Amino acid sequence: MLRLLSFAIFLATWWIAALLAGSTKLPAPPAVMQVVMSEAASGALFFNIGVTLARVALAFSLAITLGIAIGYLMGRVRLANRLGDPWLILLLNLPALVVIVLAYIWAGLTEAAAITAIAINKVPATIVTLREGTRALDTSLDEMAQVFAIPRWRAFRHIVLPQLAPYIAAAARSGLSLVWKIVLVAELLGRPNGVGFEIGVAFQLFDTPRLLAYALSFAAVVLVIETALVQPFEARLTRWRLRAA
Amino acid sequence: MRLDVDIRKKAFESASGKRHEVLSDVSFSLAAGEVAVLVGPSGCGKSTLLRILAGLDHDFEGTVERPLQARLGMVFQEPRLLPWRTVDDNVRLAAPLADEEALAKLFDVLELAAHRSHFPGELSLGLARRVALARAFAVDPDFLILDEPFASLDKALAARLREQIATLVANRSAMTLLVTHELDDAVRLGDRLFFLSARPARILRVVPIATPRAARSEAEIATIKADLALLNLAAD
Repeated sequence: MLRLLSFAIFLATWWIAALLAGSTKLPAPPAVMQVVMSEAASGALFFNIGVTLARVALAFSLAITLGIAIGYLMGRVRLANRLGDPWLILLLNLPALVVIVLAYIWAGLTEAAAITAIAINKVPATIVTLREGTRALDTSLDEMAQVFAIPRWRAFRHIVLPQLAPYIAAAARSGLSLVWKIVLVAELLGRPNGVGFEIGVAFQLFDTPRLLAYALSFAAVVLVIETALVQPFEARLTRWRLRAA
Repeated sequence: MRLDVDIRKKAFESASGKRHEVLSDVSFSLAAGEVAVLVGPSGCGKSTLLRILAGLDHDFEGTVERPLQARLGMVFQEPRLLPWRTVDDNVRLAAPLADEEALAKLFDVLELAAHRSHFPGELSLGLARRVALARAFAVDPDFLILDEPFASLDKALAARLREQIATLVANRSAMTLLVTHELDDAVRLGDRLFFLSARPARILRVVPIATPRAARSEAEIATIKADLALLNLAAD
């Protein structure tokens, strides 16, 4: 109910602002809706959003898997941490644009280059979060596992992973929002389709309704995925906390 | 099955860099079916000794020989349960081979049957301790280590748990090592009592109790306790 209200306020504000600013700078909601409908009818909207989502999914999975593995290693093994730390700091502070441009120059304007570039932007933050999580692991539970001779894999799954889960969820959450942002830049710079590409075209033509049509559709998809997938997943991971007396 | 312990020295380095000697010349052996009870002032190094025997600490001078294939069951001073697993899953994780019937019986005896699907965060400390006991018993151990398992339990329950341990030891011929502050627990359960000194812990005296556990009468227990009190060894 509150969400609906806040959405209505957003629409109203937009509409009033559109009336004040004029339709070239900020088109009113119906004008944008019209473009959304026509793009949807031609199928271009779904195609472009689909392509973008596929890139997000690939880059995100790649980054989160690598990040968890490396972060866990750096949290557990001192040598790995010493070796990896300078690179981590470098990558952490390297602007996304630099990575994307270099990836396109070195690997060509290819899909692989785009996805790798997006993933590279995301990996360092995941590593940092997971390294922290690994350092915070409860050694008394490790000892318990050792005493009861719980096999390594089982101990990892039942003892280590649940402790890392909040860190993984945090990394996924912040990582997903980072990927949402960067994917459009990567598409704008070197892909012939996707939401980022369409927004680039709209920008060149100063086609504000089209720009907003894609931007808002994309935002809507992000919102749906966050509420329908990410939040229930987080709730499931921490259900033992909620039930605690 | 037999445990041979000969620890010459165990020292700790504290955060400030000072070395503290915790154990010196602790040697004894333990046979299957025997219950050894360690009694000593708090902070004397009992838990350190248990950690060494459990194979968690290898940084000491001396030797501990324990059969490699021996299944170890341990109750730590704190319950050390997984908060994100139910009581049932906590026990099963440590004892994947335990059959359903044995588990049901164990939960019954420890009065945990109603709590099997609860998470540890929903339990009182006393209940959590019982779960830790259930976990240690469920693995059907050859070597059982109990680090003050009766702390913060009421007397009646402590007595029942003592019976349980006695039954387990009799059935399995497990080697059992119990740390306690309660002379009463020690005298009722132990075959041999080891009285430890303050830090660095040495064995001050070994008191064997010849009468089998089941045959000890209340009068006899009282006598042994009175004798021990005279020796003035079990000072807190």
